[in-house]
Amino acid sequence: MSTEKNGHGPSHVDPDDPNATRFDLVREGAHRDGVEIVYYAPRFPRPGTRAERRIERFISLLFVLAGLSALAFVVIYIAWPWEYRPGTHASKLYTPLLGLTLGTSLACVGIGIVTWVKKLLPEEVAVEKRHVGESPSDERKMTAASMLYAVDETGVARRPLLKGALALGIAPIGVAVAAPIVGGLIRDPHKDNQLFRTGFDPANNGGKPVRLVREDYSPVRPEDISAGGQITVFPGIPEGVSNKYADSPTLLIHLRPADAAVAREKLNPLNEGSMYENFVAYSKICTHLGCPASLYEQQTNRLLCPCHQSQFLITDNAKPIFGPAARALPMLPIGVDDEGYFIAKSDYKVAIGPSFWERP
Amino acid sequence: MKRRRFDLKALPGATAGGIDERMHIASPLRKLMNKVFPDHWSFLLGEIALWSFVVLLLTGTFLTLFFDPSMEEVTYNGPYTPLRGVEMSRAYESALEISFEVRGGLIMRQMHHWAALLFMAAIIAHMLRTFVTGAFRKPRELNWIIGVLLFWVGFLEGFLGYSLPDDALSGTGLRIGHAIMLSVPVVGTWLAESLFGGEFPGGGVIIPRFYGLHVLILPAVLVALVSLHLALLVLQKHTQWPGPGRTNQNVVGERMVPRYGLKMAGFFLLVAAAIALLGGLFQINPMWLFGPYNAAVVSAASQPDWYVMFLDGAARLFPAWEIRAFGYTLPAPFWPAVLLPGIITIVPILYPFLEARFTRDRQSHHLLQRPRDVPFRTALAAMGVSFYLILLLSGANDVIADKFHISLNAMTWAGRIGLLIVPPIAYYITYRVCLGLQQHDREVLAHGVETGIIKRLPDGRFIEVHQPLGPVDEHGHTKLEYGGWAVPKKMNRLGALVPTVRGFFRPIEEPGRVEIEPKPPRGAELERVGRERQGGE
Repeated sequence: MSTEKNGHGPSHVDPDDPNATRFDLVREGAHRDGVEIVYYAPRFPRPGTRAERRIERFISLLFVLAGLSALAFVVIYIAWPWEYRPGTHASKLYTPLLGLTLGTSLACVGIGIVTWVKKLLPEEVAVEKRHVGESPSDERKMTAASMLYAVDETGVARRPLLKGALALGIAPIGVAVAAPIVGGLIRDPHKDNQLFRTGFDPANNGGKPVRLVREDYSPVRPEDISAGGQITVFPGIPEGVSNKYADSPTLLIHLRPADAAVAREKLNPLNEGSMYENFVAYSKICTHLGCPASLYEQQTNRLLCPCHQSQFLITDNAKPIFGPAARALPMLPIGVDDEGYFIAKSDYKVAIGPSFWERP
Repeated sequence: MKRRRFDLKALPGATAGGIDERMHIASPLRKLMNKVFPDHWSFLLGEIALWSFVVLLLTGTFLTLFFDPSMEEVTYNGPYTPLRGVEMSRAYESALEISFEVRGGLIMRQMHHWAALLFMAAIIAHMLRTFVTGAFRKPRELNWIIGVLLFWVGFLEGFLGYSLPDDALSGTGLRIGHAIMLSVPVVGTWLAESLFGGEFPGGGVIIPRFYGLHVLILPAVLVALVSLHLALLVLQKHTQWPGPGRTNQNVVGERMVPRYGLKMAGFFLLVAAAIALLGGLFQINPMWLFGPYNAAVVSAASQPDWYVMFLDGAARLFPAWEIRAFGYTLPAPFWPAVLLPGIITIVPILYPFLEARFTRDRQSHHLLQRPRDVPFRTALAAMGVSFYLILLLSGANDVIADKFHISLNAMTWAGRIGLLIVPPIAYYITYRVCLGLQQHDREVLAHGVETGIIKRLPDGRFIEVHQPLGPVDEHGHTKLEYGGWAVPKKMNRLGALVPTVRGFFRPIEEPGRVEIEPKPPRGAELERVGRERQGGE
């Protein structure tokens, strides 16, 4: 019997035929779904050959291995000492053993399943029809009509008042929905002039100059740094060392006399008077992308930023001499107070760190 | 009253019947089961991305149970002695807790990280495959665009993810991200200030904000895009390689149930196994070594995750071109860190349409092209890959300079110059290689396969005997059309040699008893079926 179903050509079998095998039904079902099984053959036409049994053994072995490995995983997970202890200890092996047993177990099942399909399941080639290009033109026409008629039904074209009201009245709702989501986030970057101020601003210290302090808030005296040495200093104000003043870390360098002479001679007008004896202080925040430019090469007097390799010449206003940074590291005007400790005479004269649009 | 006997064997059938009565699902379900998938190793690349994503969702869910994205200052007092007494954020402390104080927490964290690296690698490999085989052509332009978006959302998701622990390395990355935002013209400071909730690092809102994005919003976007990607794949059906019986109007392969579905399940387990092995055996991001973030501290060799490295490389190479005019500044990082990513998003999105325009090709294509058959596109891909690789290597140029004792500045200059001259060279070489491969295919089709047999002719000449692939004319030439698919180039591809005796360490077959079971050639069968069907219609 040969009935046309869905335009896919003649049927293979009548599903109600009592003699139809299960595969006949599969084939007919696929046929009605637009799929022809054109090649179907067992991998091993003679069952029980040595080759077939070898593959069966291989797959079984994998599944047993997977089970053993999973069991080992569970046992290790529960029983192995896992809590961190300093020094060499069995707990160091906890994570590697978990990975090994879990990975082995999953891999064995995975390989087993794939092998089963590729080596034992009958080989099949199925061909599915593909509908190329657009839908039939009458279908397109009717769909288009349905859409356009939906607009017609609203009568928006012949009711200009409604159209205007829609545009004017509904649009603000979109804004009203977006406003609280976006609006809550917006902050003015110029409210406190914060882009141009750091922790060294005397305003943070009741108008008095801010001391330069080490990481433990201890102040620094000129004698503390030998010639050629350098330390990182922070503003000596509450929380001055913390990330709250992430724009303030500064490198205080004691130049050797010869270098200091060069540096003093080359000092540009902006930095005039910013040195104290043979000491210079530059912002540690790279003017490229804000990493701490902290690798100081004593021999060449260069500062290197380890993130993108910008290099700054300490003896010449810390101007960039190589790499992607475009601006010199800002110089902090330093001096010494009555007690002999370093202070910032004023804040940085220009904005520190990466460039931004509003920066002159 | 007699109790009805419970029949276990009838239960599945009865259940299925009951479901169909309610859902009317028999036909659509069978249609789905019968969906045909073509098979080729290169189709697995996208699947690796899919399964890595599943592993990411599973391990990520576990991590959310323990991670606390708070920026509250705490003093560490846990088992990791080197950091005891150190002030740190609660986020960093809880990341340390996951690593040291949660049973199996470290392997979950490492699997999550490795899965992310694999996810991005698989996406890139899959995009490259899609590009060089022309799988992005009409009607699949939209799915290609979704792929490009998936790359960037994955990129962002990964960046947010490794920023969360708030260690010294990730904090440095965060500061770089902040500076890149600052470099956006006009609105940069407003963007950065608004997202960070103040001047860097802001008032402690950035990690909680990133956390929300990382565990909720971006995963939702990823799930939506992945679902759309797969839905379009089912709707448009898979592309296939040309071959016997394969046309633009059909899909030749295996049905989803049982073969392809089982293979996919097996493959999922293999991907998960690879991630488990990586996560267990290979340490990744040991952030307890870096310490908490501190704006004044950085270590040499601060590299981001590998998929971010090409942008880091671009930031290293690009010259210090800062424009200052009318009291405003266009910062130098704008070019490599904002404009470049913009270009490498827009150009790939437009590429399918540009190519269709230049080749005047408006047809729908479901058959893939071998990379050699479209030399300009393959050469463009080589150009893009070489550009990308130079940026990637430049992202680690300090490490390369250190390990190979090369001047750091020389590495930077090599990258700058290489970026300009290597891609055109890669284009030229690839183009020529493609043409050469094309020519060799035609040569084999015309003259046959080299047999390796050298014959001496009566006049003393030596020639190599060729095995023609079909009937020859009076000149010994075969008239065979190139079919867009691999041409056999070795005698054993023609079945001329006995299959080798199998076995790795020792033969597992006896040489004399190798069973040669002549199988009906599948191609011939397909062509016969094709002819019959055409004749019948």
